[in-house]
Order: sequence, then C-alpha cells, then structure tokens
Amino acid sequence: MAGGRLPRLRYVARRVLKSVPILLCIAVCNFILLKLAPGDAADVLAGEAGSATPEYIAQLKAQFGLDQPAWRQLANYIWRLFSLDLGYSFRNNRPVLQLILERMPATLLLMAGALSLAFIAGAALGVLASRRVNTWTDALISVTALLFYATPIFLIGLGLIVIFAVHLGWLPTGGLTTVGAGYAGWQAVWDVAVHLVMPLVTLALFFLALYARLMRASMLEVFNQDYVTTARAKGLSEARITIKHVLRNAMLPMVTMLGLQVGTLLGGSVLVETVFSWPGIGRLAFEAVMSRDLNLLLGILLICSVIVIAANILVDLAYAWLDPRIEIA
Amino acid sequence: MFFGLNRRDFIASGVLASLAGGRAAWAQGTPAKGGTLTVVMYPEPPYLLSAVDPTLQMAVVTTKMMEGLLSYDLEMRPQPLLAERWEVSPDGLAWTFNLRKDVKWHDGRDFTSADVAYSLGVWKTRHARGRQSFARVTSVETPDAHTVIFRLSEPAPHLATVFSSYESPVVPKHVFDGTDLLANPAATAPVGTGPFRFKEWKRGDNLIMERNPDYWDKDKPYLDRVVFRFIADAASRAAALESGEAQIGCLTPVPLSDMARLTANPNLVATTEGYDYMAPVLMIQINTRNKPLADRAVRQAIAYAINREALTKTVWFGYGKPATGPIPSVVKAWYTTDGVPAYPFDPKKAEALLDEAGYKRGPDGKRFKMQTDPFPGGAEFTRTAEFIKQQLGRIGIDVELRTGDFPSYVRRIFSEYEFDSTPMYNGAFPDPSAGLQRIYWSKAQQKGVPFVNATGYADPAMDRDLEDAQTQNDPKKRWEDYANMQRRAMTDLPVIPLMEMRFITLANRRVMNHTITADGLIGTNFATVYLAEGGK
Repeated sequence: MAGGRLPRLRYVARRVLKSVPILLCIAVCNFILLKLAPGDAADVLAGEAGSATPEYIAQLKAQFGLDQPAWRQLANYIWRLFSLDLGYSFRNNRPVLQLILERMPATLLLMAGALSLAFIAGAALGVLASRRVNTWTDALISVTALLFYATPIFLIGLGLIVIFAVHLGWLPTGGLTTVGAGYAGWQAVWDVAVHLVMPLVTLALFFLALYARLMRASMLEVFNQDYVTTARAKGLSEARITIKHVLRNAMLPMVTMLGLQVGTLLGGSVLVETVFSWPGIGRLAFEAVMSRDLNLLLGILLICSVIVIAANILVDLAYAWLDPRIEIA
Repeated sequence: MFFGLNRRDFIASGVLASLAGGRAAWAQGTPAKGGTLTVVMYPEPPYLLSAVDPTLQMAVVTTKMMEGLLSYDLEMRPQPLLAERWEVSPDGLAWTFNLRKDVKWHDGRDFTSADVAYSLGVWKTRHARGRQSFARVTSVETPDAHTVIFRLSEPAPHLATVFSSYESPVVPKHVFDGTDLLANPAATAPVGTGPFRFKEWKRGDNLIMERNPDYWDKDKPYLDRVVFRFIADAASRAAALESGEAQIGCLTPVPLSDMARLTANPNLVATTEGYDYMAPVLMIQINTRNKPLADRAVRQAIAYAINREALTKTVWFGYGKPATGPIPSVVKAWYTTDGVPAYPFDPKKAEALLDEAGYKRGPDGKRFKMQTDPFPGGAEFTRTAEFIKQQLGRIGIDVELRTGDFPSYVRRIFSEYEFDSTPMYNGAFPDPSAGLQRIYWSKAQQKGVPFVNATGYADPAMDRDLEDAQTQNDPKKRWEDYANMQRRAMTDLPVIPLMEMRFITLANRRVMNHTITADGLIGTNFATVYLAEGGK
C-alpha cells in the first residue's frame, strides 16, 4: 500500500524534477514553432498603424530584439527562463508575468467551475442512465448530451446571449463584472456569479456529454463485475451497491479524463472567452498569436504546460486515493 | 452639402430611411448633463499613445483625453482646439499657432508652447508616418508661452490636415521629457488636456475615463463617464448594443449581414458620417512584376470585367459607392472625374482586350491563372475575393484564393512581394500626399514596410506630379498635379479602385452629437456628447 506521507512526498518531488526537462523541451519546441509562423510583431504593429516609415519599423525590430539572429533570440529566451524571467510583451507594453497573472484568475475560475459542473452533472447523469439502461431516460440523456457535444460552443454561447441577455434581459451579455460599479464584499461575488453563469454553462455543456457517456459505460462495466453480484447476493440494496461499490470504481476513467481535459479546456476557453468577452488567458493567447507577440505567447504556453503537468500529478495522486491497489512509487 | 452627398451614396433605401431619422434626432434638444456612455470596441489598443502609433482603434480611446491643435469639422474645415488661431505665411514656410491660454494638463500643470515644441519632436521622430509628414519642418520657435512657429525648408501644404487629435496629439513635456516614451506610465494612463481623465484600465475587459472638471471649455463635457468595453466577438458586440448595455460602436462594429436587423431596432441608429478623414477605398492591388499582369491591357481588362455596382450591393450590403478613381468623392478638395478613364462593367470589351494582348482562351476555356490574397480584415474581404474570382472566371481568368492571418499577409504582400493580386483597402486621407502617394510613388516602395507601394509600379510622370504636389504652394497648380495623378492612375491601373467604403457608426438613439468631425469617433473628444432622455 502507498501509505505514509514520505513516499508520497518523494513521489511528488521526483515528478516535479522530471518535469523540468519536459518543460525545457516544450519551451524550445514552442519557440521554433512560433518562429516558423510568417510575420513578426513589428510587421503587425506597423501594419496596424496603416502606414509607417522604414525607420519606424527598424526602430521596432531593434526594440523587440528581432534584428538578432534566431539562435541568439532562443539562447536569450532560455537564459531568461532559468532566471525565471518570462520577459516583456512589447505589444502590450508590460511584463509578461504581470499580464498572465492579471488574466489567469478569470480563466481558472471559469475552468474550475465548468469542469466541476461538467464532472458532477455528467457523473450524476451517467449514473442515472446506467441505472435505467435502455429505457427512454437513458435515451434522452444520451441524445441531449450528444446534441450539446455536437453543437459548436460559440453557437450555444450566442444562443444563450440572445435568449437571456437580449430578449429576457436577465443576465449581462458578457464581461467579468459590471463595469465601474465598484461593488465590494458579497455584492461583488454576486456580480461575478451573475456574469459567470452563461460562460460556465456554455463551456460545461460541451464537456458534460463526455462525462455522462463515459460514466454510463464505466458504471455498466463495473455492474457486471463478480463482486457486484456478490454484493447483491449479500442482499444489499441497489442504491447502496451503486454508491458504495460501483461508483467509486467507475470513477477511475472519469478522473483520467479530468486530467486530460485540463489541457483541452484551456483551448476551449478561447471560444467562450471571445463570445462572452471574458478577460481570461485564452483570449490573451489568441491575441498574442494574431499579433505575433512571441514573449507573451511563450509565457502563456509555458504556464499552461505547468498547469497541465501539475494537474496530471494530482490525477495520479487521486488514483491512489480512489483505488488503494494502485501504488505510487 | 455634406449630408446631401452622403445620402445619395446609399443604395439600400432601408438604410437611408433609418439614417435620415437618426440625423433629425441629434440636431435638437438641450444637452442633458451626467450619465455614462459605454462604447464597444475591438481590438483593444496595446497602449494609449497616439503620438507614436496612429492605429484607429487606439485613437478612438486616446482622443477623449489627449487633444491636437485643431479639429476638422464634417466639411474638413479646420476648427480651433488647443490652438485658438493659426496662420500660414504667404510663402508657406512659417506656420504660426496661437495657443489657448487657460488650458491645464490633467495633473494640474499649465499647457504651454513648450509642450507643442516637444510634441513636434515626438511626432517627427517616433510617429509611424510623422517622419514623412513633418519632414520639411526644420525648426520650431516658441516666442512666448502661447505662440508656436513651425519653420519649414520648403512649402508643405498637406500640413493643413495633420493637426487633429488623431494624427498629432499634443503630449505633456513635463511628463515625457527625458524618459523612454513607451515605458512611461503615461503611455498606458494618459495625462492630457482633454475633457475626460483616465481612471482605470482592466486589460481585456474595459477602460474607464471620468469627466475632467477643470476642462478649458467651461461646463463641458456633459457626460460623467465614458467606458470602453473590449468585446472580441462581433455578434456579442451587436448583443451589447441591442440590450442597451453599450450605446455606441464605430468602425463598423457589427457584421454587415446583421445591419438590416440592427437598423430595424427602434433604439439603434446607424450613420456613415465621420469617416471622410480616413476616406477608405476598397481596391485590388496588382503585382506588376508578374506576367501577364505586367501588361497594362490585362489590368484594364480586369477593371472592365468587375461589376462594381453588384459588388457594392451584394458583398457590401450597399455600404459603399462604386469608385471612379483612387481618390474617393468624399475628398472633395481633390476628387475629379474630368479626363479620368472610366471602366464601366463590360465583359465583352475585357475579353477583346485580352485577345488583343495575346492571352487567348485555351482549349479548357481558360486564359491564365492568377492568385488573389484577400486582406484578412473580415468576411467581406474574403467575399470580395470570391466575387472577383467568379467575375474574372467568366472572362477566362482562373483565380485562386489564398488566405492567411494578418502577420502572414503583411509579410507576403509587403516584404516578399509573393502575390499576384490582393483585394484590400487604403485610406486616401484628406491630402493625397498622405494617403495615396505611398502607393503610387515609385520611391515609396520599401521592402518590409506595410501598406506602401507593393505593386512595383514606377512611372516617371507619376513621380513628377506627386513630387511637385508635395511642395507646391500654388493651390491651382497643386490641384492640376493631383488631377493628372488621377488620370494616370486610372490609365495604368497598378491598383484597381473598386468601391468607396462606408464605415458605420452604430449608436443608441439617445446618444447625441457623437459625430461632429470629419474623423468621427476616431478624432472627436466627446466634449459635447450627451444622452437624451427616454428610451432604453
């Protein structure tokens, strides 16, 4: 058994240490990949200005360090990483870390909320469907889930906006807070919550389908195990079997999925953040691509890699907790 | 005159009706004080220093806080702003501005001639096109705290149009002097003289500015606050305007395909005024280095083969007017059709020209292949390219569409010249030396500089006219230079003008006085804007 605090700590420490070379590889790959994209930040800034002089562009390139050879830019970047400096976003005129820290909370809130909702509601629906397998409830859940899965995120988002913001006027069309309202305390929390409803539901609906289907299949599989038959033979109630014996074991694939989806969600949040003008990291990344803001994009990708790696370590720890037979070492 | 002219331009009569209704609304009533005006915007400006970066979206925000020496009314006549009076010497070599005396910066310091002299240095060395605009200004004198004299080496008549808050905003010397301009906190939190003061900027979300109680124009501004909301998605911008959460958006804030629905909304009013300063023209730029496009007859054939009326009506939903030359009709000072070759839609003539030039249809019915790279500025440009492909296909030219994002486009067209044709747009600006010389002058061609001569066009006579006009102090001769330029441009066709574009400002019916200058929301300072009573 994987009991004891020490082996677990050692395990985490080793995983963290192992992730350093992975992160370095990611950083180098990102840099090369982004360098392959045609056009640079100076092209964009000069292009957006509508007209510019060659001196202006030369000035920009020198300022951004784009006049140096690519290998030197890469070396500078790696060197800066080792001193934990993510660099400066010339486009936004601010340090990259500051930009990311400003925008990260909004995305984390959206992500954590959407994942929890999708996970919990998906699990509940999956359990329900598996208990009523091949009835109309099961069919209804499957069809609805698939419908949401197949509908593009932005369409759901815009649909919600049209119904709840434009026609009914119940919810704001977008943003994180009421602009300039200056709420404090619970009022501020309520304000954010009201703004969060539609983006959260939109993002969660998409992932809900996956969890519902996965949970249903997983539950059905576990129901066929011998020990469930044993439990039935002992005369336990179906509800008790479902919750105590089946659910916990059926959770494993769900947790795996959760870990994998942290990465996907960061991508999915771009669309939701755009539709609901949510000031998060997804849109910042998208804008960084469009403006070839190299430092910023590298910074965001790196931080996201850190989040994904951390999420995977947590998932591995969760395995051990859910199924004591799994050892971490 | 201006209104009449713009009205005629409209093809869709539904649009016309809603515009006429709107105009009546903002001519009357006493200004109501107070309230917040919320503006929808995208993209979000990276910083707020229009003295360096003339991006339109940045100026929409900055011009409420930072002002220029002059503003230009809807007829493009200069009006006093930070300068009360101004004068140009008869030889055109001295420009004198008498500055307003009771103006204070937002931090309480006095605004003086030293600020203007310092700003000139910034415009001249750091502004994207300032080096060119102010090239002939060799020195600046400040005889007293409220007089500035610009001394020129040669006459530069185009200067008459560059002193707007958009093009040349005055920056505070005491804040910026001796610092790195863009690293200065005032580059993101402006200190200006304008009617609104910077309050806060939540990146990716919103920017708030507040009424400046010490504004030099007493009792103004009327509004308490102006809020900019940065909304990336066009449909979400439309929703914000429809729900009344935001009251105004400019530079065509919503997809043209949504305009019919939005103008049917009784709370919303659209106008296409306030863009004459930019004077945008939709055009195809052609790479004259490539065969067979190097042949003038081929370019003329292409011009005959495109139905500009149909393009305006279908792709652009009537928000435009077929172009007759490189200068759009809204630039009344220079626009002419006199002696300018016209290319009415005539596919037969186009085919005859191509046959004559030796590009006969092959066995498959095709004459030659040509690539086209639409400007990545929205669906309308891609549809324009599709429209051109379809039209040119009829005369046997096989057009292949290529799309890329903005940086790739800029690289491909303006650095690598690796293109055949590109449907894009260009601002003609009030003076052709600013907007058009850069695409027709052979010496404007600079590898890697976006939106200058990319066609490879070089014509000595064209160069001569453009160069003479730059320093020509005699208005009549200067007019003749630009008339010749228009004639030559439409004969040689390195660029085929398609349509005068009409950008749209969409506003809530309650918003009054929002468009009172030739540069509309891009240049006006909102001092006289107010929210009328009633309505949502």
